[in-house]
Amino acid sequence: MKKALSICALALLAALASTAGAKAEQVKVGFAAEPYPPFTSPDANGNWVGWEVDFQKAICAEAKLDCVITPVAWDGIIPALTSKKIDMIIGSMSITDERKKTIDFSDKYYNTPTAVIGAKGVPFEATPEGLAGKILGVQASTIHADYAKKHFSTAAEIKEYQTQDEANQDLAAGRLDAVQADSITLEAFLDSEQGKACCEMKGNVADDPVILGAGVGVGLRKEDTALKEKINAAIKAIRANGTYDAFSKKYFDFNIYGE
Amino acid sequence: MAADASSLIDWSLLAFSAPGWGGVLLAGFVNSIQIAIGGYSLGLLLGVGGAFGKLYGGPITRDLLEIYTTLVRAVPELVLILLLYYAGTDGVNQVLALAGYPPIDISGLAAGIFVIGVVQGAYSTEVLRGAIKAVPSGQMEAARAYGMAPVQMLRRITLPAMLPYAIPGLANLWLIATKDTALLAVVGFSELTLVTRQAAGTTKHYMLFFVAAGVLYLLLTLVSNGLIALIERRARRGFPEVA
Amino acid sequence: MSSSNAPSPKADMPPEPGAPDARDHVAAIMPAAPESSALKALLVPHRIVLMLIFAGAILAMALLMRWDWLPGYLPRIGSGIVVTLIMLFASAGLGFLLAVPLGLVQVTGPWPLKRAAQAFCTLIRGTPLLLQLWLLYYGLGSIFAQYPEIRSSFLWPYLRQSWPYGLAALTISFAAYEGEVMRGAFAGIPAGELEAGRAYGMGRFTLFRRIWLPRAVHRALPTLAGETVLQLKSTPLVATITVIDVYAVISRVRQETFLTYEPLLLLAAIYCCLTGILVVAFRALENRIPTRGV
Repeated sequence: MKKALSICALALLAALASTAGAKAEQVKVGFAAEPYPPFTSPDANGNWVGWEVDFQKAICAEAKLDCVITPVAWDGIIPALTSKKIDMIIGSMSITDERKKTIDFSDKYYNTPTAVIGAKGVPFEATPEGLAGKILGVQASTIHADYAKKHFSTAAEIKEYQTQDEANQDLAAGRLDAVQADSITLEAFLDSEQGKACCEMKGNVADDPVILGAGVGVGLRKEDTALKEKINAAIKAIRANGTYDAFSKKYFDFNIYGE
Repeated sequence: MAADASSLIDWSLLAFSAPGWGGVLLAGFVNSIQIAIGGYSLGLLLGVGGAFGKLYGGPITRDLLEIYTTLVRAVPELVLILLLYYAGTDGVNQVLALAGYPPIDISGLAAGIFVIGVVQGAYSTEVLRGAIKAVPSGQMEAARAYGMAPVQMLRRITLPAMLPYAIPGLANLWLIATKDTALLAVVGFSELTLVTRQAAGTTKHYMLFFVAAGVLYLLLTLVSNGLIALIERRARRGFPEVA
Repeated sequence: MSSSNAPSPKADMPPEPGAPDARDHVAAIMPAAPESSALKALLVPHRIVLMLIFAGAILAMALLMRWDWLPGYLPRIGSGIVVTLIMLFASAGLGFLLAVPLGLVQVTGPWPLKRAAQAFCTLIRGTPLLLQLWLLYYGLGSIFAQYPEIRSSFLWPYLRQSWPYGLAALTISFAAYEGEVMRGAFAGIPAGELEAGRAYGMGRFTLFRRIWLPRAVHRALPTLAGETVLQLKSTPLVATITVIDVYAVISRVRQETFLTYEPLLLLAAIYCCLTGILVVAFRALENRIPTRGV
């Protein structure tokens, strides 16, 4: 019996060890395993493409890091970082004080306003009064979910989705009256065939810096200060040498960095 | 928006090379099968150990195994997967750190196999325990009378004799393992269900991709059923036909 | 196995869901744990030590981990449990009602119905519930949205919500698994009992209502407990389509507090309790139904 148990334990260890890589210097870059155009989305070849993928490549090249793309579930992305499943988050994560209690951030690398979209032909504004009695969809564990819960929860019914794409889908399917998210990803949806047919921009929400934060940064573990320095230097460098503007032009006709 | 049947079914989206997503789906399917096979095998190992521990182990082993099988069968797989997915890697690395080894980098595949294996192990334990108990005790006594050592008895008598009793249950567990891999979508592992959801979300052809993935899962089940029937027929040689 | 082992809930849970022949097989070779004094069995020295260790572990969890979030979330966790239980019992009830005809036509129906029922069971049991759920909610939902007639119909207020899809997926799944069990139960009633009924001059319907159905349900009852526990374990999947069950509430706790283990451990404990209550309730139910002649 003991033998059977020890054989078991050995096999378990062997199974774990055989699949575990030994490369320690690799940096695993985590982001949400979901379509989030134009930042990160899967293509039909099984690759991830988008502005943020280009940004990540530029950063890793600049900082001379061996980066491995590691998509994870968005609602578990911070635990994935702290339990070392990934080493940094380049996934449109806004820098907020709430998140800073758990993880650290690099300097911001883009900043865009928060907006609300809704069905065509139903005029309303992105205010508590405008959303009164409506069903508002947001992606769970985002600043938008926090914002909606603080500012709109008394007026509107708030539904949380695991992915942004599912919230958009439910808006198109008529199950939601409005969706609140980052304005660029919403514009990308409105430009799609489905988005064009169903929905339109209703406007940006009033700013709340405490919740909406100060732009998007690279999420890092608190103890990885050396990596943070490297990333900050790399962001500065690609901003200065024109790399940042070069790949941004492929996606946007405006300045995504903010001021 | 017109309800246009041809716009709902765009078969070219399933082509194997871009812009079709067939290749991506198949890669996810291969991942699912890998995890199912790995998790099932690990579960079998745990199950053999667990069954012997429950039958022949000391009182503490038996109680601990009882707690293991009861807990795993009382808590939803989804919750276990989340707990084990985060705690499993953390735990292994902390044990390694205590033993003075550097942390290892556990891949998503290994974590998935580990999670499915732990869940499957609890069920295999019960199936195998029942099967071992069903082996007529006279056969074991005969083996002992011939002076067989315990390991030899396990290899020559207990395992082969219990197989016909264990196969229906184990076959079922295999089918469950293939379907449980879908739950790893919730932790972001690129198995069939998650890549299907990504493809569906990107192309907005939800129905097409979910049905395509359903067909793949169903094929796996049907092929497995065929193989299981073959194995069962072989293992039950010499047994009276059951109605 | 020695008889000193405490009776455990596992005897009431079949070791695996799925093919009924396998289940019957395992049930046949795994007799129920012997009933002995539970208290006496617990007071064995090694069990006392184990219990002390576990009490220590729970105390350590209570003291070393962060639980300050708990009081604020208690009302929501409570309503989440209610939603979970409603989903469980509604889907199990409706599913069982569907399972009876599904099982019956597979035993006695004309071949098109028989084939259809078999195909349905194979299809549902051969694909993951999560996929079925997403197919119903996002797949079917996106098709509904394309038809203005559906959007303006009286059903739309329900189709807009997520719970009908969750309930439908859970019901269909339960019906398919329990349908297989019912097929075995209907097929396994001794022909003599039915012949006796016929000899008394019972019509087909009376025979079904008075003998075949009650006997089949009776035979299926032990597996019903196991299926219901499995169904409970499937309910958290509806959280992925925005139904706020207890799993969804705990997910929200995880997102808002950035804690991983504490909420999940609490969730596991909640499901353990629910499973335990279900098992005890089913055992009480089975004891109330006379088992004479089975």
